[in-house]
Amino acid sequence: MNAGYNLGPVDQVPFGEGRAFGVDGVQVAVFRLRDGSLRALSAVCPHKGGPIADGTIDQDLVLCPLHQNAFRLDTGCSTTGAEPLTSYDVQTDNHQNIILRMSAW
Amino acid sequence: MPGPVSLTKGRRPPGKPDTRRRLVVIGNGMAGARAVEEILARGGAEQFTITMFGDEPYGNYNRIMLSHVLSGEESDADIFLNSLHWYQDNNITLHAGVRVERIDRFTKYVFANNGHVVPYDVLIIATGSQSFMPPMDGLYTPSGSIKPGVFTFRTIDDTRNMVEHAQYEDHYRAVVIGGGLLGLEAARGLQSHGIEVDVVHSGAHLMNAQMGPDGGAILRRSVEALGIRVHTGSRTTAVLGADRVTGVRLRDRPDIACDMVVVAAGIRPNVDLAVLSGLHVERATVVDDQLRVVDEDSIYAVGECVQHRGEVYGLVAPLWEQAAVLADHVTGADTTAAYLGSRTATKLKVAGVEVASMGLTGPERETDEHIVFSEPSRGVFKSIVIRDNKMVGATLLGDSRKVAYLTQAFDKGLPLPEERISLMFDLGGPAEEQGVAELSDDAQVCNCNGVSKKSLVDVVRGGCNTVAGAMDATRAGKGCGSCKLLVKQVVEWAADGSVEEDPAASYYVPGIPLDKASLMAAIRKQGLRSVSAVFAALAPGSAEDAKSKMGLASLMKMMLADQYIDERDARFINDRVHANIQRDGTFSVVPQMKGGVTSVQQLRRIADVAEKHNIPLIKLTGGQRIDLLGVPKEDLPQVWADLDMPSGYAYGKSFRTVKTCVGKDFCRYGTGDSTKLGIEIESQFQGIEAPAKLKLAVSGCPRNCAESLVKDVGVVAVEGGRWEIYVGGAAGAHIRKGDLLASVDDPEKVKVLTGRFMQYYRENANWLERTYSFVPRVGIDHIRAVVVDDAQGLAAGLDAAMQASVDSYVDPWTERDDPLTPGQFRTSLPLTVLPQVPVR
Ligand SMILES: Cc1cc2nc3c(=O)[nH]c(=O)nc-3n(C[C@H](O)[C@H](O)[C@H](O)COP(=O)(O)OP(=O)(O)OC[C@H]3O[C@@H](n4cnc5c(N)ncnc54)[C@H](O)[C@@H]3O)c2cc1C
Ligand code: SF4
Ligand code: FES
Repeated sequence: MNAGYNLGPVDQVPFGEGRAFGVDGVQVAVFRLRDGSLRALSAVCPHKGGPIADGTIDQDLVLCPLHQNAFRLDTGCSTTGAEPLTSYDVQTDNHQNIILRMSAW
Repeated sequence: MPGPVSLTKGRRPPGKPDTRRRLVVIGNGMAGARAVEEILARGGAEQFTITMFGDEPYGNYNRIMLSHVLSGEESDADIFLNSLHWYQDNNITLHAGVRVERIDRFTKYVFANNGHVVPYDVLIIATGSQSFMPPMDGLYTPSGSIKPGVFTFRTIDDTRNMVEHAQYEDHYRAVVIGGGLLGLEAARGLQSHGIEVDVVHSGAHLMNAQMGPDGGAILRRSVEALGIRVHTGSRTTAVLGADRVTGVRLRDRPDIACDMVVVAAGIRPNVDLAVLSGLHVERATVVDDQLRVVDEDSIYAVGECVQHRGEVYGLVAPLWEQAAVLADHVTGADTTAAYLGSRTATKLKVAGVEVASMGLTGPERETDEHIVFSEPSRGVFKSIVIRDNKMVGATLLGDSRKVAYLTQAFDKGLPLPEERISLMFDLGGPAEEQGVAELSDDAQVCNCNGVSKKSLVDVVRGGCNTVAGAMDATRAGKGCGSCKLLVKQVVEWAADGSVEEDPAASYYVPGIPLDKASLMAAIRKQGLRSVSAVFAALAPGSAEDAKSKMGLASLMKMMLADQYIDERDARFINDRVHANIQRDGTFSVVPQMKGGVTSVQQLRRIADVAEKHNIPLIKLTGGQRIDLLGVPKEDLPQVWADLDMPSGYAYGKSFRTVKTCVGKDFCRYGTGDSTKLGIEIESQFQGIEAPAKLKLAVSGCPRNCAESLVKDVGVVAVEGGRWEIYVGGAAGAHIRKGDLLASVDDPEKVKVLTGRFMQYYRENANWLERTYSFVPRVGIDHIRAVVVDDAQGLAAGLDAAMQASVDSYVDPWTERDDPLTPGQFRTSLPLTVLPQVPVR
């Protein structure tokens, strides 16, 4: 298993928001929930290409800002009938850096 | 048949005293169980230990569905609302099959017929009704029991017994006594077991409680066409037969031979228990607006056993409303909640005929208008009663396509179209009003999100039968919202009458089960200052809800002004970066241009910025400003810095623009200085938050070049130095001419009333409810009374609250120098090429 990509300090992502990162030629939206845990999804809405990292989130869902399709933060599945997003394994390491693993799970 | 069962679970471990109060509920029918559900939903499990008594040996079931059980369309197992497990899971002690015989209201005990004596701190009586037995000979056997073959139609046991009797091989014929809703249902149900049915009705026409004689006559034809014989204006005087039923005797007609008799001649509230226990009983147990039994501190009553403001209700809709208010009080969730009575509208399929009825069945006063359409051969009848341009009653038979609209007009007292006939028929009207059944499958219901009738119907068939649920699943109605009524009609049509009441419809935001007034009260009472604090304190399970965040953020900013703790994640992206997101993920930037007036310097600056940043599209907006489209998020701070002008608020749910005409200084016709007044209004109220966007205008004369009549607030100068103020206008997805709020002689007064109206709207409108819905919903007369005449003494408070918001205004574009959150302006754009906003 690869060691994952280090995306830098977790502080780049404010609590309750998402930020987009380019990783290995792919755009990934990383969210930091209000409880501090992280989620990562592919950053392009399958509906009409909306910027997922700009979405509004809660503990479970992200709403795409363009037409409000909703996606589960843990699996990427849509609750509003859109195609799913890809979800990625994301964690912080001991230095509070974001570590992303690209092999989808 | 199961005997009495008592379920107890969740006893506390010994040694730990239970400090919760004891709630006892008598009656386990639709109202009793609903009240308990509502109480649990308000956190009642922490406050109370709950004990319920039910005379019937079951959990709680949907009594309405008994008609379907009788006809065999539904099995009796399918109609349970709460199984016995529900009681266990919620730690409710249920005594099923046990009857309470007496309440001691001084020592606070109830006494049950199985010897149980149970203490209470709070008691709820929900004993419902029983069938009324009209006096006639031969009803009872000599031993005092009801004669075999005679049935009432009230409980699951009644229904099972009837089905069993009807299925006996040598039983062919039944007489139903009573030609109301219940009698006709019974008649139709029995037919499905191959029984021939006669209905004997003492009234002059069928369903006389719900409709007038003409409708009754047409209903009779439809019912007779089904093969049911109808005898109106006739009474049964005796049930014939020695030890079993052989027929009935009528007062003035020949006997009718039969094998069974079903009595459906009305209901009587169950008040014996209340009378015996010394409670205040008239026609039923009398309660106040809090559902508390009159003169009692700890006894409440709910449902059909209740008399409120002189009314006794026999339908479920009112008891849903009662249960919610009762729960608010019992749990203390909202001690200001009040039940003010229900307007009952019935919409049913009675014996296969669609019947809808609300309010008056015919004119009562000389000035009442009565509009009737009757087409007996098709079994169609429509009647509408109008008083003072408000609908006060309607009956629809055989065609209920307009029922959604009419119910709304009746409930809300909406003003009616001048062409009354359009109330009954769709005369080539706009798409919303077309009969839903006639829409083709691929007809687009929601234009913003491109949702077809078929996709809505599919989710309903897939088991989603609330309007809000279907909207969530398809995103229909989530754009401009103008299609919501049509969406509702489609869902109702697709669910074929089984749409579920959606409690969330009254919530201000979906994630918090409170309406706006209660939500605001709770925020104030608990001193909540941020959106996350609201979720923690008021959301079920303290769960955040993304869909609720923006609405809460806006509401709290309005309420708390600078006391509000602004959490950026609660904002929509537009409000996080103060620009309007476009379809390609770039943003549009609109600098302020008060009243549509600009200057050489401003124009030059805008031109320079557009050039420097390669703005792909420069466009004049409908609100008289210049829009710079296609700005990437990461460029926003630099664009603002280069512009060095305040934000024009083209993105928020907030006050946006005041459009003006050239007015008195230049125009040949102008009588007032519309430009000056518009600029002043815009300067004063810039950027304030509201439940939806606010667009204003000021015109210098009634020619209305600024289109003031179709604005949220529109001002028009008229002869004699006066200004007319219109509110609730719209020229968007909806078109509506504003209502005249006031006519004043001083521009200062225009500003005061504008601010006061906007504050009233801010405090009372639903989330995303534009003024064009809000004003007709609340009524211009009421708004005028509050805002102009200060009839409720609210004016000073409204003015002060608005002033607090005005004072706390900060131009958000100043964040350009000092981003509030890390990466606030960092791009979220995908690397792949998206459809770009076209460059011309
Ligand atoms: C066949 C049928 C069809 C109907 N169709 C419709 C319809 O289409 N639409 C509509 O709006 N309404 C309809 N109704 C009316 C609706 O069912 C009632 O309005 C509703 O059930 C009233 O609820 P409730 O809780 O007040 O009374 P109930 O549901 O009658 O519940 C009262 C319960 O209290 C119990 N009880 C009484 N006294 C005691 C005591 N002393 N101790 C313990 N328990 C006691 C009773 O056994 C009963 O279970 C229909 C009713 C029937 C019978
Ligand atoms: S509304 Fe009247 S004053 Fe204003 S520009 Fe038009 S005509 Fe002139
Ligand atoms: S692009 Fe995401 S919902 Fe339309």
